[in-house]
Amino acid sequence: MSQKPLIREVPPASWYFRHPRYLRYMSREITSLFVGAYCVLLVFGLGALAGGKESYESFLLALQSPLSIAFHVAAFIAALYHATTWFNATQVAMKIQIGEEFVPGSTITGAHYVIWVVLSVIILLLAGVF
Amino acid sequence: MAQSKKSNKPVVWFPFAAGGTVIAFFIPVIALLTLMVALGKVPAGLTYAGLHGWLADCVLAKLAVLGIVALSLWSSAHRLRCTCFDFGLRIDTLVATVLYIAAMLGSIAAGVFLFRL
Repeated sequence: MSQKPLIREVPPASWYFRHPRYLRYMSREITSLFVGAYCVLLVFGLGALAGGKESYESFLLALQSPLSIAFHVAAFIAALYHATTWFNATQVAMKIQIGEEFVPGSTITGAHYVIWVVLSVIILLLAGVF
Repeated sequence: MAQSKKSNKPVVWFPFAAGGTVIAFFIPVIALLTLMVALGKVPAGLTYAGLHGWLADCVLAKLAVLGIVALSLWSSAHRLRCTCFDFGLRIDTLVATVLYIAAMLGSIAAGVFLFRL
């Protein structure tokens, strides 16, 4: 007699349509594709920079193609989505206890957002955007 | 699974978590900067003179950029591995090997480029 444990059959490639929560999870998973591709693009940018002025400037020019613009918009949105969900999760992932009390989750997440905005503004300033 | 076998999870997981934080803090603003380039408005810091000036003589800046790129690559590789599995691609060893090697090669390339400046 076979001793088969009770296992529910789960469709391996379409399980996430079963619940909106799974869909949100998967949409966050997909952001890694854009962020990963964007990081590869950054490595190519560094390569172009190391190749000298001409190669770097042709790299900058190549970035202005319509396909590149669309990719950058997608990568930016994906990065934003990753960042906000990551910061929202910090209050669950890193509980901070002071004495008997836990620091409220909103404080932990809020602190991350504040640091994020300050860092971003500093980088934009250093890059000469303002 | 044998009890004595040590898990390699912490080794993979730490750079993943660090990379997730680095991506969250830095990639949106960097993507915004290169989006400006894509739209034809090159910020002063991203022109050849500007960026080369930032990176060529400052080891600390090189290390910071290398850290951001390497950790982001590693974290993305790990997340892509999980994503492949979640989409039903059940060849985890192959996927993990390819992605981790790609992340390592990308990090090494970034390091070589940065210190060749």
